[in-house]
Amino acid sequence: MKILVGLKRVVDYTVRVQVKPDGSGVAIDGAKMSVNPFDEIALEEALRLREAGKASEVVVVSIGVAACMQQIDTGLAMGANRGILVKTEGAIQPLTAARVFAKLCAKEQPDLVILGKQAIDDDANQTAQMLAALLDQPQATFASKVEVDGNVARVTREVDAGLETLEVDLPAVLSVDLRLNTPRFIKLPDIMKAKSKPRETIELASLGIESGDHLATTQHAPPPKRQKGVIVKDVPELIAALKAKGLL
Amino acid sequence: MSKILIIAEHLNGQLNPSTAKCVSCASKITGASIDIAVLAADPAAVAAQAAQIAGVARVRTLANAANAHALAVVYAPQVLAIAGEYTHVFGPSTTFGKDLMPRIAAKLGVSQVSDVMAVVDAHTFQRPIYAGNAIVTVKAPAGRTVVATVRTASFAAASGGGSAVIEAVAMDVPLPTHTRFVSLQQGGGDRPDLQTARVVVSGGRALGSAENFQLIYDFADKLKAGVGASRAAVDSGYAPNDLQVGQTGKIIAPELYIAIGISGAIQHLTGIKDAGTIVAINKDAEAPIFEVADIGLVADLTKAVPELMAAL
Ligand SMILES: Cc1cc2nc3c(=O)[nH]c(=O)nc-3n(C[C@H](O)[C@H](O)[C@H](O)COP(=O)(O)OP(=O)(O)OC[C@H]3O[C@@H](n4cnc5c(N)ncnc54)[C@H](O)[C@@H]3O)c2cc1C
Repeated sequence: MKILVGLKRVVDYTVRVQVKPDGSGVAIDGAKMSVNPFDEIALEEALRLREAGKASEVVVVSIGVAACMQQIDTGLAMGANRGILVKTEGAIQPLTAARVFAKLCAKEQPDLVILGKQAIDDDANQTAQMLAALLDQPQATFASKVEVDGNVARVTREVDAGLETLEVDLPAVLSVDLRLNTPRFIKLPDIMKAKSKPRETIELASLGIESGDHLATTQHAPPPKRQKGVIVKDVPELIAALKAKGLL
Repeated sequence: MSKILIIAEHLNGQLNPSTAKCVSCASKITGASIDIAVLAADPAAVAAQAAQIAGVARVRTLANAANAHALAVVYAPQVLAIAGEYTHVFGPSTTFGKDLMPRIAAKLGVSQVSDVMAVVDAHTFQRPIYAGNAIVTVKAPAGRTVVATVRTASFAAASGGGSAVIEAVAMDVPLPTHTRFVSLQQGGGDRPDLQTARVVVSGGRALGSAENFQLIYDFADKLKAGVGASRAAVDSGYAPNDLQVGQTGKIIAPELYIAIGISGAIQHLTGIKDAGTIVAINKDAEAPIFEVADIGLVADLTKAVPELMAAL
């Protein structure tokens, strides 16, 4: 079984992103970049499936500028077998990402595609569902538990009502939630070992993908600020403050 | 003129309030006519509830035994069969809508506008990115269907008192069987639903154990409040996943939010930005939660919470 995993290059989750004063974008030049945290979890799950003997190959894919090769490097150091960078000029939107993955799936024929449920930059939460749609395959999103048994995956999903379990026939597309696993740490020897792993670069343009019909972003604004509150000194004062607001 | 289709969210015969919030968002588009689609094994009860939402023209029912559970792969082809009649297809930005709507958008060949928090015009919307650290204005292409999820915390539910017509849609599209429902393990219980509760009491890592988290439940019960939790509390097994509030949990807008032993990480704060009043109880005066709290109490929760409960 082959598993394809997406690794998006995003601003690290510890960076506090701010809007540029002129509203033209967010000020992220020089910010620390990392693999999207959800994607690390996706890769960890794929590696565990391989280690459990359920999968034979894990391929990591990053779509974006040339520097995304760093995220491929991270994926290979974590343990993926090989990496594919689909090079673009700038940021792409989820529909294009899904179309890229669909093209790669036609070529690679993976049994499972595992993606993060959302990327912490655009917070779109779309790519896995769109890919599953384009491939006419099952989708199991927001996974917190994945069991593969032959040609079927049993996936527990974190939904608003609680935990939902679905059974999907493979091939299928999964998107993962945070509690699925805790990704492994990379050790120095892993990085050395990864140096010789195969890395392929494909130009987005060469895939012949439709990339129209996209959303135009016309403005960036900082979020509305909440007014500074008060600090009360003890519980009776807290109760008084709540009563004054008519909340008790 | 805009013709908007909203996909109803429901469970166990009850319409989810997220649907009325989608109607509220859709009604911000000038001159829109709004229909609701109810997909269910037996849609009658849910359709009757949907028909009462003010501002809805028609409720269209799609009855099919395969709709007994809200599977995106099963719903999508049915929605697509009628989507061509509409300029917009909206769903709530709940796990239901997040799962379903991109599948519809991809089939229509359009990008999706996720988490609409404001309508500028029929094709222009505001939405949050970077855990709410920035709000972008996005424009969807004219002449193509707009597919969007509605950030429910940004809209009050449309009022009741409506009387939309209910029409059954006859449908004969092939539905996939490659995805099968196995089970739903519901948390919940009798407490007010986290997403609609007027008051929410939330606990964080500081609670220290599942037993100690009982204090949050007890306090919430005293206030007839819903219960929430930080990711750290959920990850540590103190509270079930469906209580998580934040960027990757639930985005809520209660009148009163009481954060207890929660530091106020940006990923948590993005889930409570629309709360009316935020109260924080934390023993660290430097905790970031105090930057957004309307009322802050620097105190040890193990003393302050029992004292509060005794005084109420
Ligand atoms: C991709 C991503 C997504 C995330 N999504 C979410 C999300 O949706 N929701 C979410 O909540 N988090 C989310 N997080 C995690 C978030 O970054 C924080 O780690 C988390 O919110 C911290 O939870 P906490 O405040 O309970 O714990 P901590 O940060 O450990 O804070 C505990 C607080 O309790 C206080 N305290 C300790 N003892 C006491 C006491 N006796 N009395 C009073 N106060 C006390 C401490 O002063 C401290 O401020 C996400 C992180 C990532 C990377």
